[in-house]
Amino acid sequence: MKKTGAEIFVECLKKEGVKHIFGYPGGVVLNIFDALFDDKDLKLILTRHEQGAVHAADGYARASGKVGVALVTSGPGATNTVTGIATASMDSIPLVVFSGQVPTLLIGNDAFQEADIVGITRPCTKYNYLVKDVNDLARVVKEAFHIASTGRPGPVLIDLPKDVTSGITDFVWPEHVKIRSYNPTYEGNKWMIKHAAHEIAKAKKPVIMAGGGVILSGASKELKELAELTKIPVTMTLMGLGGFPGTHTLSLGMLGMHGTYYSNMAVQDADLLIGIGVRFDDRVTGKVATFASHAKIIHIDIDPTSIRKNIRVDIPIVGDVKTVLKDMLKVLKEETKEPWDAVRKSWLKQISSWKQERPLRYTYNENVIKPQFVVEKLYEITKGDAIITTEVGQNQMWAAQFYKYDKPRTFLSSGGLGTMGYGFPAAIGAQLACPDKTVIDIAGDGSIQMNIQELATAVIDKLPVKVAILNNQYLGMVRQWQELFFKERYSYSHLDVVPDFVKVAEAYGAAGLRATKPSEVEPVIKEALKIKNKPVFMDFIVDWKEKVYPMVPAGASINEMLFEEEKKTEKRLKAVK
Amino acid sequence: MRHTISVLVENKFGVLSRVSGLFSGRGFNIESLSVGETIDPAVSLMTIVTSGDDQIIEQITKQLNKLIDVIKVVDFMEVDHVEREMVLIKVAPRKEDRIEVLKLAEIFRGRIIDSGSTAYTIETTGDEGKINAFIELIKPFGIKEFVRTGKVAIAREKVKKK
Repeated sequence: MKKTGAEIFVECLKKEGVKHIFGYPGGVVLNIFDALFDDKDLKLILTRHEQGAVHAADGYARASGKVGVALVTSGPGATNTVTGIATASMDSIPLVVFSGQVPTLLIGNDAFQEADIVGITRPCTKYNYLVKDVNDLARVVKEAFHIASTGRPGPVLIDLPKDVTSGITDFVWPEHVKIRSYNPTYEGNKWMIKHAAHEIAKAKKPVIMAGGGVILSGASKELKELAELTKIPVTMTLMGLGGFPGTHTLSLGMLGMHGTYYSNMAVQDADLLIGIGVRFDDRVTGKVATFASHAKIIHIDIDPTSIRKNIRVDIPIVGDVKTVLKDMLKVLKEETKEPWDAVRKSWLKQISSWKQERPLRYTYNENVIKPQFVVEKLYEITKGDAIITTEVGQNQMWAAQFYKYDKPRTFLSSGGLGTMGYGFPAAIGAQLACPDKTVIDIAGDGSIQMNIQELATAVIDKLPVKVAILNNQYLGMVRQWQELFFKERYSYSHLDVVPDFVKVAEAYGAAGLRATKPSEVEPVIKEALKIKNKPVFMDFIVDWKEKVYPMVPAGASINEMLFEEEKKTEKRLKAVK
Repeated sequence: MRHTISVLVENKFGVLSRVSGLFSGRGFNIESLSVGETIDPAVSLMTIVTSGDDQIIEQITKQLNKLIDVIKVVDFMEVDHVEREMVLIKVAPRKEDRIEVLKLAEIFRGRIIDSGSTAYTIETTGDEGKINAFIELIKPFGIKEFVRTGKVAIAREKVKKK
């Protein structure tokens, strides 16, 4: 049957099982929007900015494990997606972003609302397409979903010229994808896995370092089994939070720049580090030369380029984390008969003494709200059963430290790109993917203003997303660096005018609540959780002087941490240098 | 260390830009690059000369392999191969030097492919060392300009020992 490109687009998305698209209309995508108008199965969530649309699709993908889909117009619509696409690319999130394009005959003419979005997004997509012929459309969509969701996932962009969506052809859905030059490796090398298993058996002080790859690969169960079988403590990268239960006795929480004392000490003292689905980002390693310098390193990742990119690796295993861990567990069970409890006793004792020595802490104050207190209360009141999204900066780090994530896909944060303005639209996407879950964006007063317009989206779709604004009137992390490393010269980090977030929320038809004293925190959270039919802003006026600790200064080794209790940080800083 | 890397890619628009963008985006260095169709018109071959330590070269080959349109990557450092480059040199010698220039061209198996009233264009091929030497020798006679193609390389066939 003959169909237009726009109708084929709709059919393709249905074949891919898409239910929600996040988007914004414009001139050259009107054909598609028209085709969506009467459709009962595909719902378009109209955001208020294209960046919001892509972040929402990203939050949807992270919360559900499905491919997130966004649809925008050409030119400015397309360029507004770039931050969202780059965010997804850095964190390996599967997205398919459709952008409209001017008619093929006008391409290159600097036509109205023309931008070379394929050129612009080339370095921040896993792959991208310009469809020049309506006959290619179905195949391209099929390929795009395949590329986005397999191997190391990532965003794919499809640029659709207006005449392609109005063009007419037979709709033929390709059942299989065949790309000769794209064959991700899923099975790990058997010999290497065996080798790794025997190293695990030999190790006296092993640490597992779990990253986003564990979550993307759905390997939480296997990871837990590995840790429990071999009694190895697990530290997580920011992206790995939730990949291993945060409340587990073997959990060390997060490592790196704002990681826990015991994570960083364990990694630095370890004789074997097992990196699983990680890429050894600089925020994790600190000074590369001294990172885990006593350890042999096993590195499991599906992307060969991650291996030996930043750090030396002794046993590289390229493959899907879940598949590799399954194989590794098999070898461990069949070939190693270590009395694990006895073998690990002294190492776990050392770890627990580190845990007691310097737990994550802050100083409670009954007159002023400490931001960590808000996060702790959120954890307590939701009983850890919520999806938390974050913005970027101090709010993100406190959310990573003081909320414990027991399940994968419950902590959504822009880890790689560090995108302010990510958390709120991502929460909207997560709420659509998981309508029965409590979704909370832990935000700062700076970040929330970067996509605050999405309040309208959440109001219209009656999404009960909660936003906990840790309002300190500052770009807090910038301020923290200025205090510690720039002689307290707060250059442009004070926001001076911060809007009344309660009124802003109300102006949009959302609910607004405020807490200015610690005693008001709990009632505000409880009140917010009762609201089920609209978004809520919780404005927590917090101590602006509060800093994120522990902190590893840039360029230092990760065991050279600054702590809250050491007021004279300067002295220590000198020692570090 | 310099490496000659050959990259077999899908012959589609935008592929060159994906490859060159990879080098510029990641701070890798391209010393020369040449592209052409292969026996299969759907496939192109790029020959890239680059340099870096082992870790950088490993990243370059892995990153190239990761590009969806790249079919195969061969680092000729690990393969017995022959490589050639072509240069066109426009030289304008004084009248009394012309014979000398022509002799030099002959020694380097160069050919005169164009001649005007005051200048010749000489074509020669060879490995990089030969091309460099030829340019150096011709230089004193007055090079107006020259163009190099960049290197191409191909693996050697195995010779069976009797």
